[in-house]
Amino acid sequence: MSAIIKRELSSYFNSAIGYIVLAVFYFFSGLFFYMYCLMSNTASMSYVFLSMLMIVMLTIPIITMRSFSEEKKQRTDQALLTAPVSITEIVLGKFLGAFLLYCLCNAIYVVYVIILACYASPDWAVFLTTMLGMLLMGGALIAIDLFISALTESQIIAAVLSIGIGLLIYMLDSLAGMLSVDWITSLFHNISFDAHFTNFINGIINLTSVLFFVSVIAVFLFLCVRVIEKRRWS
Amino acid sequence: MIEVKNVTKRYGGVKAVDDISFTAESGEVLGLLGPNGAGKSTTMNIITGYLGATEGTVLIDGEDILERPKQAKAKIGYLPEQPPLYQEMTVRRYLEFIFDLKKVRLPKREHIDEVMAIVKISDVEGRVIRNLSKGYKQRVGFAGALLGNPPVLILDEPTVGLDPKQIIDIRKLIKSLGKKHTIIFSSHVLSEVSAVCDRIVMINNGKIVADAATDKLSEAVGGGNLLALEVEGSASAVKDAITSVEGVRRVTKGFGLSYTVEYESGTDVRRAIFRALAKADCPILMMRSGALTLEESFIKLTEGGED
Repeated sequence: MSAIIKRELSSYFNSAIGYIVLAVFYFFSGLFFYMYCLMSNTASMSYVFLSMLMIVMLTIPIITMRSFSEEKKQRTDQALLTAPVSITEIVLGKFLGAFLLYCLCNAIYVVYVIILACYASPDWAVFLTTMLGMLLMGGALIAIDLFISALTESQIIAAVLSIGIGLLIYMLDSLAGMLSVDWITSLFHNISFDAHFTNFINGIINLTSVLFFVSVIAVFLFLCVRVIEKRRWS
Repeated sequence: MIEVKNVTKRYGGVKAVDDISFTAESGEVLGLLGPNGAGKSTTMNIITGYLGATEGTVLIDGEDILERPKQAKAKIGYLPEQPPLYQEMTVRRYLEFIFDLKKVRLPKREHIDEVMAIVKISDVEGRVIRNLSKGYKQRVGFAGALLGNPPVLILDEPTVGLDPKQIIDIRKLIKSLGKKHTIIFSSHVLSEVSAVCDRIVMINNGKIVADAATDKLSEAVGGGNLLALEVEGSASAVKDAITSVEGVRRVTKGFGLSYTVEYESGTDVRRAIFRALAKADCPILMMRSGALTLEESFIKLTEGGED
């Protein structure tokens, strides 16, 4: 599995993708940090994080779009699937590779919070819970997008589908407000990433929210394994 | 070493592979021969565990490829039809990845150096795979299959796209590897299979149409006991001389100086014919066993399959 993680990470940085994702992430987080913290003289980074949600939704599909689609297209999946590793290990390796790149993106927040700490006293507890929330939510999105990537041979289709679904997830909470059917509203609210993420931003580690993201990761990685397994039999 | 038992693969209603069974013993080089689309690649993909068979089992050294995939796959080096190369990696990086992926327990640097030397790619180790020629790419894929010295090698058309010199190199390599490994090797180039393999399994339309030792194959197909000759001299003198030899059934005159001799099976009439023709002062310009060449038996078998 470590071989796959290593290869994934090196492939991000052998192509432009790793650099582009990092650049986009750092640029926008820097912009938001400047706008919401430095310009308005506040040590609370919650607006920065909330604004970054959209960027996360748009960059994660770029990270994951090639993961399985390109393997299938280039036939390199033959090397993986005929090697003495299980499909679960392959999927986990891919997931962790993408997740590590995402962690690298999020590392920039540490720089920002240190800058803040030079001038004010940021709320460390809130910062840490928010970071946890960012990582869990990102992990869940990565799992969903990996699954989408396993469905197709085209990285463009994978990216477009992933971005579409990402936006839908992003809007789910607002959509819930527009609908007047009670159970749909509550369902949408309960599966909304936004609602669960808000808990973390408020400094709360809500077990339900942690479990929600962890389950999303588990379910979609499992589905991803099944999709690849099924391909061998059809 | 490799046992393929009653393997069938169905795609929807179409049978790509239909009830195929064969075994390859340890140290055997087995040629899988068939026209394009006969089911060679599908068979190999099933043997290596890339595809699941609809029915049947595959045992690699006693390990079922589906029940104990890790143990079975660890024994296989596979070179698919299109080598599974990550285009953006350098040759050495790629081989290091495959080395780690296969969890090989050998000294990494030395082993990769050794394998690169075997397939002669040491000079391109630092180059990005995308920029390599087809021949080099093929050999990088071959190197990947050889990593970890797996006892079983499955090579799907390993010489496609190589130039004649490289083809000869690869054939030599397969032959030398055949001493220590069990090799299944597919091709639709017949001369190649006859040059390299101990045994040939011929597939057509997903079915096995012949399974025999290379030198026995044309006999198995029928049409042995033929001799092709080119002899100088008057046709009647030649015919008389040949028919006088014991065991000869019939002589037919072909185009120009060529004759075909049919003789009784179990006899070898070549020396006697030589002496008889020498006596009649008719020099033999050419004599070859007219048993069907591999090409002829191949065409005969594959055409037969379509009837």
